[in-house]
Amino acid sequence: MKNTIEIRWHGRGGQGAKTAALLLADAAFQTGQQVQGFPEYGPERMGAPITAYNRISKEQIRVHSNIYEPDYVVVVDETLLYSVDVTAGLKREGAIIINTAKSKKEVMKYLHGYKGEVITIDARAISEEMLGKNFPNIPMLGAVAAVTGVMEREDFFREMEKSFRHKFAKKPEVIEGNQKALYAAYEAVAYSREMSLSA
Amino acid sequence: MSAERIKERMSGNEAVAEAIRQVNPDVMPAFPITPSTEIPQMVANFISNGKIDTEFIPVESEHSAMSAAIGAEAAGARTMTATSSAGLALMWEELLLAASNRLPIVLTLVNRTLSGPININCDHSDGMGARDTGWIQIYAENNQEAYDNYIQAYPIAEDPRVHLPVMICQDGFITSHAVENIDLLPDDAVRQFVGDYRPEEYLLNPGKPVSVGPYSISAYAMEAKKNQEDAMERARDVILETAARFQNLSGRKYGFFEQYKTKDAEIIFLLMGSAAGTAKQAVDELREKGKKAGVLKLRVFRPFPEKEIAEALRNAKGVAILDRCESYNGCGGPLGSEVTAALFRHKVQIEAVNYIYGLAGRDFTVTHVKELYEEMHLVCTGEKKAVQHQYVGLRKEN
Repeated sequence: MKNTIEIRWHGRGGQGAKTAALLLADAAFQTGQQVQGFPEYGPERMGAPITAYNRISKEQIRVHSNIYEPDYVVVVDETLLYSVDVTAGLKREGAIIINTAKSKKEVMKYLHGYKGEVITIDARAISEEMLGKNFPNIPMLGAVAAVTGVMEREDFFREMEKSFRHKFAKKPEVIEGNQKALYAAYEAVAYSREMSLSA
Repeated sequence: MSAERIKERMSGNEAVAEAIRQVNPDVMPAFPITPSTEIPQMVANFISNGKIDTEFIPVESEHSAMSAAIGAEAAGARTMTATSSAGLALMWEELLLAASNRLPIVLTLVNRTLSGPININCDHSDGMGARDTGWIQIYAENNQEAYDNYIQAYPIAEDPRVHLPVMICQDGFITSHAVENIDLLPDDAVRQFVGDYRPEEYLLNPGKPVSVGPYSISAYAMEAKKNQEDAMERARDVILETAARFQNLSGRKYGFFEQYKTKDAEIIFLLMGSAAGTAKQAVDELREKGKKAGVLKLRVFRPFPEKEIAEALRNAKGVAILDRCESYNGCGGPLGSEVTAALFRHKVQIEAVNYIYGLAGRDFTVTHVKELYEEMHLVCTGEKKAVQHQYVGLRKEN
């Protein structure tokens, strides 16, 4: 499909990969795009590997299958690198975004020789600093927005804040922390990409 | 006058729950089962928050859910329920009672495979298992169609010419749990379209006492069954009239089926549900290479529009009939059997191959459709013998 961005999320049950995919669909919808956000259900339980998907397009989305040749892959849990072929089908001109404290060089050996862009971000550290807990999905969502450019920076933060206000209507105390985590991850990724481009 | 379009995004389950909120049915007995559980959950929330005044009956099983639905509908209340898979199977006895007592209950089915092996994902074996229970069955490609079909279900079911229950089906997880764009109608437009429920006869009418479900001796029972079949045949007109009225309201066109690029198509893929969208995408890609493919997406499975299907296929060279269900009859799936029978009756002599796909959530892709095109092309040119009852997307042997 032309003009369609396809994203595959890898996480573990309970980490919020599905929620992040649905939030991304939500924000993209608010900016007038056609969206799809859906999880792939296996034996769903805490800690089991799960996959979620996004299609974001200017045109109507009709395909109802999983995504085998994604433009972007998001790895919310780095331990999945050892057991799941996360780069399977990933496009060369795309990118993989991994939640890890390790260096790019260290994670490269698990990427089956992937030639495209590799982005690492310590989503755990960001989440623990901003939210006081490890909810890696929100910083990862910030990183995805920075890398994919599916919407303008201002639009993204404005719509996400609205989503947080809706989602956490009964827990308003976590809205600010989530917004900060989103922002920190977005800026960190945008900055490191700028540095590597100018290097 | 067409109504305002409200741009939203929601899952298929949310879309149906939203339609239920807009219709505000009188009674909803339900028992939860994956992947339809969210529907009664969301309706219960609407009730608790005072958005609707539906009487929700939490029952101890789906057998009881359908029993309570029959009682409520017979009493004169507009009644609906939701279920999936084994839940529908447990309702089986009551499904036949609902239809034969001519009770216009609406059931929203979120299609899921039947055991075994036990599995929560989509195929059509639950709905197909109920295909001869006397219910009208309408299938949806996406959240939009699930929403639109639910709203159209009431005018069809409650029409005095029909008086039959309607099952509104969508693919479990694939559409029920996928968030996609949707255009909603305003509440008042939906309520006006559906109208008030005024049954001609009902139990709680002291002025006109009736019996529902009494014993019928052999001297009369067969006529009752024939009357029921006549109602199913009359439903054809009512389904089309309702679709036309709905098009005036929403701008969205519905019929027994949708024909996508079939006009000059040499090979047509005939299928139901979410896979139809995937097939349309494949058809566009095949057309870019000059390959004349098309899709016939069946929407109304009961009553079965056999004459219309046969005519729609008459000028093609071949049809790939795709079943998301196995009949275990040793020769094909339900669509395969019924479509080939329709072709024979209407003397349409084209190649027809029955493929089984997507059982228990097996993914069905654009690539699969393109591969089927290549095979069908060879069958139509005589270069390959048509092999019936094939499986798509099985694991390769090691």
